[in-house]
Amino acid sequence: MLLKLGGMTTLEALAVSSGPAFTSRGPLSTRLLHAFEYELATEETAGLSETVEETVATCDDVLQDDDVQFSLFLLYGLSYGDVIPGGDAWEWHSGMIAARRVLENAFEGGLRNTVSLPQSRSAHADDVAATLFALTKPDSGPSLSRHFATKVTQLQATEFVVQRSIYTLKEADPHSWAIPRLTGRAKAALVEIQADEYGGGRPERMHSAIFAGTMRGLGLNTRYGAYVDHVPAITLASLNTMSLFGLQRRLRGALVGHLAAFEMTSSIPNRKYGDGFRRLGYGADVTRYFDEHVEADAVHEQIAARDLAGALAAEEPALLDDILFGASACLLVDGLMGQHMLDAWAAGRSSLRIPLPVPRAAERPAEEDVLAKGQSQNV
Amino acid sequence: MSKAAEPGSASGSADWPIPGASVGHSLDPIIIACQNGPLLVRGSVELRTAEGEVIPQLRATIALCRCGVSSIKPFCDGTHKLINFQT
Repeated sequence: MLLKLGGMTTLEALAVSSGPAFTSRGPLSTRLLHAFEYELATEETAGLSETVEETVATCDDVLQDDDVQFSLFLLYGLSYGDVIPGGDAWEWHSGMIAARRVLENAFEGGLRNTVSLPQSRSAHADDVAATLFALTKPDSGPSLSRHFATKVTQLQATEFVVQRSIYTLKEADPHSWAIPRLTGRAKAALVEIQADEYGGGRPERMHSAIFAGTMRGLGLNTRYGAYVDHVPAITLASLNTMSLFGLQRRLRGALVGHLAAFEMTSSIPNRKYGDGFRRLGYGADVTRYFDEHVEADAVHEQIAARDLAGALAAEEPALLDDILFGASACLLVDGLMGQHMLDAWAAGRSSLRIPLPVPRAAERPAEEDVLAKGQSQNV
Repeated sequence: MSKAAEPGSASGSADWPIPGASVGHSLDPIIIACQNGPLLVRGSVELRTAEGEVIPQLRATIALCRCGVSSIKPFCDGTHKLINFQT
């Protein structure tokens, strides 16, 4: 697999063509990135299990630990693709699976120890929906969207899009893992939501594609992973939470609860994000993603609360606690991610580990691709 | 497993009847009056303004405002939650 191409290995050639490789954040991610440079070979993973155990044992806060969250991001990335060149060969490598299990057990434990669950014991669909609406009521979230509507700066708004890009360029993918694991009404509801997320058959309307349009409008790089080195652990933890719930059938209740909370805390903030970008002078190419979600997620939250989470709880009452856990975990982690940005900006700092080079004015790519043209017709 | 989860079940459960099953026209539009929320419309309907102009719909399932404060009427924007709209 490691062919030499004019003095470069294929991996180096890929790195040149697809941008810089990731930078490690500690002993564990150093070991993983080193292993991924090679074709599958046992000597490259020797010592991995010891490093994982030591990393978890010495970690203070698993949600905010750079080495843990970046390593989890890399390992989950093997299942999504677009993260590690040649990663397919590593996806089911026993050493990588073992490392992932140790990390995600610690991660799940950290989440379960930190969240506080609502005290509802009724698995009736209407009661579950009511509990979720109470849990996610607008005044209980962080004030990132209020900051956006009133005083966000151009650089902060751009940082926000960079932070969101880690998940949103793959928007909806983590929750799609649940589709074959649900039945009946809950499955139909999830597919109904996901079909809309994926554009209803029109690729230019896929939410991830609309978000890429926002990034282009801000002069940002839309290649997946281009900003991974820039974002803090908590931003990776936001995606890792969905991947943790998505890649284990056991946690399907938590994944459904996560999606419900995500959709139920979206419409009103997205209107403020859109208003913030308009106040900064950006046009529909940048605001379309946020405007789209005002309407879309007002639909999705009804489906997610009643037909997805409510129906799943009615169908499998034993999953009620995990549905509420997943919803609470979404609010916790995404709340911490928002708070991180607010704290950094209040202190006059960048919210990114590596600040963006310079504030870039709104700009269009020199040559609009077909996708962008397709979008502009719909604006 | 309840009846609703059985593949091919046409009866549904008492809580979750299969929409349209009782009248045998499952592609007919269905309007669900969501508790403390909007009217959820599944299926093809034509929305028009009072002047008769067609209101474009961008998705298969839509939510119509019924609290009166949405900024994107006739569609719901979730604002009913801010005013504690009760149905």
